[in-house]
Amino acid sequence: MTPAALTLDGITKTFDKRPAVNGVGFTLEAGERIALLGHNGAGKTTLFKMILGFLQPDTGQIRIFGAEPGSAAARNAIAYLPEAVAFHKSLTGEEVLRFYARLKSEDPAAAVKLLERVGLGEAGRRRVGGYSKGMRQRLGLAQALIGNPRLVLLDEPTSGLDPISRQNFYEIIDEVAARGATVLLSSHALTEVEAKTDRIMILSKGKLVANDTLLSLREAAGLPIRLKVQGAADNADEIASRLGGKRINCRSVELLCTPSDKVSQLAAITALGPLIADVDVSLPSLDDVYRHFSGVTAKEG
Amino acid sequence: MPTRILTVAFQEFRIGLRNRWIMLAALILAAFSLALALLGSAPAGTLGVDRMTITIASLATLSVYLVPLIALLLAFDAVAGEIDRGTLLLVFSCPISRAEFLLGKALGHVCVLALALLFGYGVTAGLLIASGAGTFAGLADFARLIASSVLLGFAFLAVGYTLSSLTRQSSTAAALSIGVWLVLVVLYDLALLGALVADSSGTFAAKVFPFAILANPADAFRLFNLAALNASDLVGGMAGVGETLPFPPVAALASIFAFAALAMSLAIVLVRRIAP
Repeated sequence: MTPAALTLDGITKTFDKRPAVNGVGFTLEAGERIALLGHNGAGKTTLFKMILGFLQPDTGQIRIFGAEPGSAAARNAIAYLPEAVAFHKSLTGEEVLRFYARLKSEDPAAAVKLLERVGLGEAGRRRVGGYSKGMRQRLGLAQALIGNPRLVLLDEPTSGLDPISRQNFYEIIDEVAARGATVLLSSHALTEVEAKTDRIMILSKGKLVANDTLLSLREAAGLPIRLKVQGAADNADEIASRLGGKRINCRSVELLCTPSDKVSQLAAITALGPLIADVDVSLPSLDDVYRHFSGVTAKEG
Repeated sequence: MPTRILTVAFQEFRIGLRNRWIMLAALILAAFSLALALLGSAPAGTLGVDRMTITIASLATLSVYLVPLIALLLAFDAVAGEIDRGTLLLVFSCPISRAEFLLGKALGHVCVLALALLFGYGVTAGLLIASGAGTFAGLADFARLIASSVLLGFAFLAVGYTLSSLTRQSSTAAALSIGVWLVLVVLYDLALLGALVADSSGTFAAKVFPFAILANPADAFRLFNLAALNASDLVGGMAGVGETLPFPPVAALASIFAFAALAMSLAIVLVRRIAP
């Protein structure tokens, strides 16, 4: 059996007695696309630095295809894109890629072709100093794709990208994963990764609080559907007394219900007929799901 | 792997060319050395001394001030700047060792410095030859001056890398570099002179002073070049001690080399400890 792409087991790292990463363990298989979510300071970058071998965990073990972090085998397998990398301003995009290709003992000419793939074909001969933030981020991605790495670590790769670039970015991620590489990318918002990854892990205050598909996370969260009923006149008290729920102002009432109760609850609302002016149904958003797991705000319901 | 060292070295050299560092350093060296050659050699004619020799003696003193400054300015950003830009994370995640990274930087910067010196002093040498004041023996002196200047530059590059990996912040590294330049190049000599004047018994001059000169690469450089020119009686000053030293002038060269090797090893140890 080939070893998993990445295994973390009971990883803890403490800075100045404050735990940055606390008992984190997970396994990534080949070809998986995984999103690591967490608010700023949740420990994502610390985790990446430990996987790369820059930081030593206080306890626990990390293995990259069975190799130790920072070993030659691990470094040959991993490609990394740091958060907010700024390449030297006076070099061109092509020069940057050739430089990293040579450091990785890969073919520089093949690396330059990656510029086309990330949509920087024309800008390749221009200096990085004149690139926009999105272009710099795409150059960083091209750098991470040099030489078909087996494990790609991307630290907040989509921050600062416009929606079209982001879509293009996920297409490239899909191609990389289809070749059999494992992609682990971090982000601070679930809305950014949407359904573009196979699995979502949520890191909160250094602890791994969720590790599942988006669908399962939605179900596990069990967040209520929010129905906002607007009365035809100032009759919120009457609506609230007949439907239950919470009165928001003199015309509106808010109801919370589970997905299975949604239809019957809507039927009860429409039965009120002329008392009702409008109904607004809002499903729990991705941000709500994320907040539920990361425990940033108090739980509702 | 030497290819990775060469890759980093080539990149540094390219950046040096691109942001006009080489040109700037070469122009400064050329301007100062031409000024010294054209103005400073005026009184030499009456002494009947080779004009080229006295120019080289002046250039050696110029190197003592300018070369360490240029080297420190090249080096202070080497590690701290890459941390600031986030590229150090990226480079260290590649299969390159930290020693290879720093040696590559040093090689690239040494080439930048060598090119600047070759151009800057070469212009002066060419001018002296063209005006009929130069000899082929003089050209050998020029070559020795340039080669030893490169070695002096390497010593201060290594100091710069040490400061850069120690502070991990570009601005702090820059400030410290200027401080080190001031201490090693200017204040050190003043302190030695002060000690010589204050020392009435002569034990300092005999026992400590020669080794104090050896310990500082800037002084060792001046000592080596002036002694090699046999020009101490022409230039006077500190160079006069060359004949009374308890060691041959080549020891000064070895001392610069040892200093550079020590500083470079220290920088490598420090850069290995960095968690970028």
